[in-house]
Amino acid sequence: MSRTAAALSRAAGRGDGSVIGGWIGLKIDPDLLAHLSAGRAIALISGTNGKTTTTRLAAAAVGVLGRVATNSFGANMPTGHTSALAKAGSTPYAVLEVDEHYLAQVIEATEPHVVALLNLSRDQLDRAKEVAMMAQLWRAALVRHPDIRIIANADDPMVVWAATPPATHDQRITPPHVTWFSAGQRWHDDSWVCPECGSTIQRSGEQWWCTGCPLRRPQPQWTVDEQGVLDPTGAWYKVKLQLPGKVNIGNAATALAVAAEFGVRPFDAVPRLADVTSVAGRYAQVVRDGRTVRLLLAKNPASWLEAFDMAELAPTLLSINARDPDGLDTSWLFDVDFAPLRGRQVLITGDRAYDLAVRLDVNDVPFQHVRTFDDAVRAVPPGRLEVIANYTAFQDIRAELDRVN
Amino acid sequence: MSTETLRIVWIYPDLLSTYGDRGNALILARRARQRGFPVEVHEVRSDQPLPTTADIYLIGGGEDGPQALGAQRLLADGGLHRAVAQGSVVFGVCAGYQLLGTSFFAKGTQYRGLELLDISSDRGDSRAVGELAGDIDARLGLPPLTGFENHGGRTRLGPGVSPLARVTAGVGNDGATEGAWRGKLLGTYSHGPALARNPALADLLLRWATGAQQLPPLDDTWADRLRAERRTAVAAAARP
Repeated sequence: MSRTAAALSRAAGRGDGSVIGGWIGLKIDPDLLAHLSAGRAIALISGTNGKTTTTRLAAAAVGVLGRVATNSFGANMPTGHTSALAKAGSTPYAVLEVDEHYLAQVIEATEPHVVALLNLSRDQLDRAKEVAMMAQLWRAALVRHPDIRIIANADDPMVVWAATPPATHDQRITPPHVTWFSAGQRWHDDSWVCPECGSTIQRSGEQWWCTGCPLRRPQPQWTVDEQGVLDPTGAWYKVKLQLPGKVNIGNAATALAVAAEFGVRPFDAVPRLADVTSVAGRYAQVVRDGRTVRLLLAKNPASWLEAFDMAELAPTLLSINARDPDGLDTSWLFDVDFAPLRGRQVLITGDRAYDLAVRLDVNDVPFQHVRTFDDAVRAVPPGRLEVIANYTAFQDIRAELDRVN
Repeated sequence: MSTETLRIVWIYPDLLSTYGDRGNALILARRARQRGFPVEVHEVRSDQPLPTTADIYLIGGGEDGPQALGAQRLLADGGLHRAVAQGSVVFGVCAGYQLLGTSFFAKGTQYRGLELLDISSDRGDSRAVGELAGDIDARLGLPPLTGFENHGGRTRLGPGVSPLARVTAGVGNDGATEGAWRGKLLGTYSHGPALARNPALADLLLRWATGAQQLPPLDDTWADRLRAERRTAVAAAARP
């Protein structure tokens, strides 16, 4: 029955079919996710941004050891996990992307070997939990499971605080079950106030520290540069990806750290990362009327900054909607500095293009408003067109390009 | 203005900047510069003393914890009270609006506010989330207010203030009135970059700060289209 529903969902064009099948399964057996998890070594990957891509890269890396079940369509709630594990059949490993709100619940159900904590930043605040509250939920869940290996981002104070149990605030002592990675972080505006004591967090270069308590940036074991990844032994690996930007080198480092917890050597995993081309349409390239269109998804202020880093200096279309999956509030547009787009041809579209127009006007970024994606393609010269869109706007354009993956 | 340069202070962006609140500082600065006023914008963090001689002070929105902390630090600092006594303009949004009053609720506790506006805020039965619209007090001579609200509080107005607007969509203070103003102090539940959708309100704050009776008009094509689009969306949502 689940499989029929999934087929119907796909046929109706409503989804990838990876949610509805799991939903029906969980209705029939609420413990289905736990049953399906039993006997598998599982990694969970969560955070505000980068989790779909990191999950895909980690699944490729763990794949060195054998078959890996994974929710590769970004269906990241328990229904999606149930569906992914059921569809994969019996596999020794699973790498699952988890919506940050569901991490505690999914830890209980799947008893993972590893949890990777990527970052926490503001995202759809008209319905999502504020960042500090999310960090608190993560921390409470992880304290109950001190046996879980944690791979956590040393550059995000909220993540560091969530990853370390209350007794070990002093970050000079890393708890033995935690491995820190550093992948750089452009967005700092959700971590000026210490989650432990409420004092100001100071930053200097890559370092950060609380001015009122011992919380500070731990020494990361995995680090990145423009070309590759440095592992805890000090060995450097050149990482060649088909995905753009330094952000994705960071995601690759996280994936390698996750795989290392299963015993995968970076040397063996690195070549597999280059096989990942696009992730549920993200980074996909499509040729349309002589233009090479590349799709970048940006859902919140932190991911917009990362998208600007990935986009080449080429005509760029921005598309903004504010439907239910996007969040109804467009205020966050003013949390993004669009100045990096100055000097290139900028086009805007989407349900909420006028919100974006006002924002770009204040930001001194000249732009042209177009009604449709096709109008945008016609408005730019042959060559590359970068497209940066938020969630439903991205899906709309993906649909125009025949649901490109 | 206290000096040749228009000085704008954005109060505690480290605590009270949850929903693009930076937009209000950017919009005021840009609209002033387009009229030829030199502008300085100071972002004053909660561990820094508040300058007392700025022309416009902005306070943004935030969650309960930062709101309570912000009010405590502003009370301890005292700078905003001195600035108001000297005639400075204050624009408070959402949590920043509530804390200008005599009291507000955060984390289940009543906190003392700055007592700069005769308002007090309580916890409502439900969270108000969605489009907010209203007809602004005719004495201010502004077109209708449009915005987005997201708050759990309800606000009671005392005799010392006037409502900013009569609600036509959304909740605002209590479903009937929205925001409050007195002298050159003004607060609203239209959260985040409220001035993006209400350029005439931005110009009112600039007129208060500069003493100018009128400001040269600017090209507000995009803001006007945004206002019209939101008005249509609100009307469509109200139809049965």
